[in-house]
Amino acid sequence: MTYFPEEVVEHIFSFLPSHSDRNTVSLVCKVWYEVERLSRRAVFVGNCYAVRPERVVLRFPNVKALTVKGKPHFADFNLVPPDWGGYAGPWIEAAARSCVGLEELRMKRMVVSDENLELLARSFPRFKVLVLISCEGFSTDGLAAIASHCKLLRELDLQENDVEDRGPRWLSFFPDSCTSLVSLNFACIKGEVNSGALERLVARSPNLRSLRLNRSVSVDTLSKILVRTPNLEDLGTGNLTDEFQAESYARLTSALEKCKMLRSLSGFWDASPICVPYIYPLCHQLTGLNLSYTPTLDYSDLTKMVSRCVKLQRLWVLDCISDKGLQMVASSCKDLQELRVFPSDFNVAGASAVTEEGLVAISSGCPKLSSLLYFCHQMTNEALITVAKNCPNFIRFRLCILEPKKPDAMTGQPLDEGFGAIVRECKGLRRLSISGLLTDRVFMYIGKYAKYLEMLSIAFAGDTDKGMMDVMNGCKNLRKLEIRDSPFGDVALLGNVAKYETMRSLWMSSCNVTLKGCQMVGGIRHAWDQGNSGWLVLLSLLL
Amino acid sequence: MEIDADNLSATELRLGLPGTSSSDDWQKKPSPSVGAKRALDDTRSEASGTSPATAGDLDHDTAAPPKAQVVGWPPVRAYRKNTFQAAAAAKKAEQQGGLYVKVSMDGAPYLRKVDLRMYKGYRELSDALDALFTKSISAAAAAAEGGEHQHAIAYEDKDGDLMLVGDVPWDMFISSCKKLRIMKGSEAR
Repeated sequence: MTYFPEEVVEHIFSFLPSHSDRNTVSLVCKVWYEVERLSRRAVFVGNCYAVRPERVVLRFPNVKALTVKGKPHFADFNLVPPDWGGYAGPWIEAAARSCVGLEELRMKRMVVSDENLELLARSFPRFKVLVLISCEGFSTDGLAAIASHCKLLRELDLQENDVEDRGPRWLSFFPDSCTSLVSLNFACIKGEVNSGALERLVARSPNLRSLRLNRSVSVDTLSKILVRTPNLEDLGTGNLTDEFQAESYARLTSALEKCKMLRSLSGFWDASPICVPYIYPLCHQLTGLNLSYTPTLDYSDLTKMVSRCVKLQRLWVLDCISDKGLQMVASSCKDLQELRVFPSDFNVAGASAVTEEGLVAISSGCPKLSSLLYFCHQMTNEALITVAKNCPNFIRFRLCILEPKKPDAMTGQPLDEGFGAIVRECKGLRRLSISGLLTDRVFMYIGKYAKYLEMLSIAFAGDTDKGMMDVMNGCKNLRKLEIRDSPFGDVALLGNVAKYETMRSLWMSSCNVTLKGCQMVGGIRHAWDQGNSGWLVLLSLLL
Repeated sequence: MEIDADNLSATELRLGLPGTSSSDDWQKKPSPSVGAKRALDDTRSEASGTSPATAGDLDHDTAAPPKAQVVGWPPVRAYRKNTFQAAAAAKKAEQQGGLYVKVSMDGAPYLRKVDLRMYKGYRELSDALDALFTKSISAAAAAAEGGEHQHAIAYEDKDGDLMLVGDVPWDMFISSCKKLRIMKGSEAR
């Protein structure tokens, strides 16, 4: 292959689908390294501390799409102190200096300031796509900068960010010449938006396919918008409240009925149950439904809606749907692939309306189920074993029993056998979160069977270092391991140091590791004292 | 893998948060900054609802002192927790505010509004409505022939149905009443 001209090699590389493949070919020889790096269009940095931004932009000067992830996953649950890091500034500044052709930026769990957004807006004349997920540190002023300066903006996608509200003006900063919007998601913006500005923006965006509004948008505004967007595929509604005026809702239904391409629905917020029937005409065409932010709908409202969604593939819902509701889902939604059941009450003690029965029902009715996130108050080994047999196709299996260390609700035994069945039957499992009462045995099973596991989350589990070591030694594809409140110490931490070179990150908090133990692992970047609860270690490994 | 000097120094174990050097006070405990938007305190106070049994279990298995609360548990995103808390707070505020509903009377030229929270029961509400609509009531009484000028008070509930006032307990009534309607006695029969 070294006899081919570089343009041919570059063309061949363009068929490589994944980052890791491109990383691999760049290691073959100097020529390939050069060809690869100059033709790389998309760069993915899974851990922003694994490599300095300057190195990335100098190596890939022609990058068009950059993705950077900052804080570790457990930061979502307030386990990482504020001011920890994950700053977007260095990345945007480095790109502004060296890669002015940048068109797309995606960031997750990073701290982004208004100044950063201003610099971003002004530095990249062809900028098209901004996606911020679980970020913080910016306000609607930063969004105004993006709106006014990014003339070719196609996507502004803000998912679950903590954004300071400085008024509704930001939306009006989109100039009249901006007609290129394909996707706009501002569901996480807390304040009002100017409905006139919103309607005008939508009216001049003929390519709009995805629109997620925040809860300030009224039913009337929503109806007016929908009339303009017959090709909409994904909609997040505003608040569908109680102020019941039949004409408004009738207008909404007729507008929705015109959206033949609509497949995905979310929002609802504090939706009143009376509004739900107005959505029914849409249900048969939906493949995605997110009702997980709507505590106002009870089991009966939810089941009436979901049972009409016969093509549903993805469902996010609160546990108020109850086991009975999940049985209805199981009998109606045969194409279901992803289910997330969130808790409506965060109290650890107590009961919820979903138990192991709902999960078993879903598994027997929906054989295509491959991705699960399930919060409940009780589980049994028998149920998990049944689920494993019914759904061998799980790729992501995350079970959270709200009370730490809760045993099998029927037998009082640990849940080792249940999770063991999951890893044994689901040979393609890539992500696993375990909970409940668990001994070293479950880790023996995981190490033995979960050959494709990439991410494992452990809390309040295990007895000795052997548990963690079984995982480290057995799971060949493990990339992210996060452990909290489990009795693993230095022996486990140091048991397979070479393994860390193949991993992206390790998180251990409130375990038994010591400072000395951390010191003996080369490559540890960040470790700090949590006070009495022990050392926290976060490995950042080099690319 | 390439080896360069600055990466080697980067692998050196340092104590402290990223961006600080190891000579910094490594004993400094990270404390929530004033501007922290995460509901750190809320999580802790919520999590303190854990049962004593759980705290005891934790104590048994780790060397850590007994924890009265479990930080960051359940593993629900701060955004989701904050959204629910904000909604609950808004609901509470709404409930403590006024509860104004329209009152229409058949034959009256315009509607009135009353704050249902001002009244402790049906008697007071009835008296207040009489006071509001005295003119219309006496006009109707004058126009009517005999004893058929009694008025019935009805209300429209959450489901849009027209209900007679007085059947359910007062608290249940004010939480479901959306509109009031004073009907002529003859219609009410």
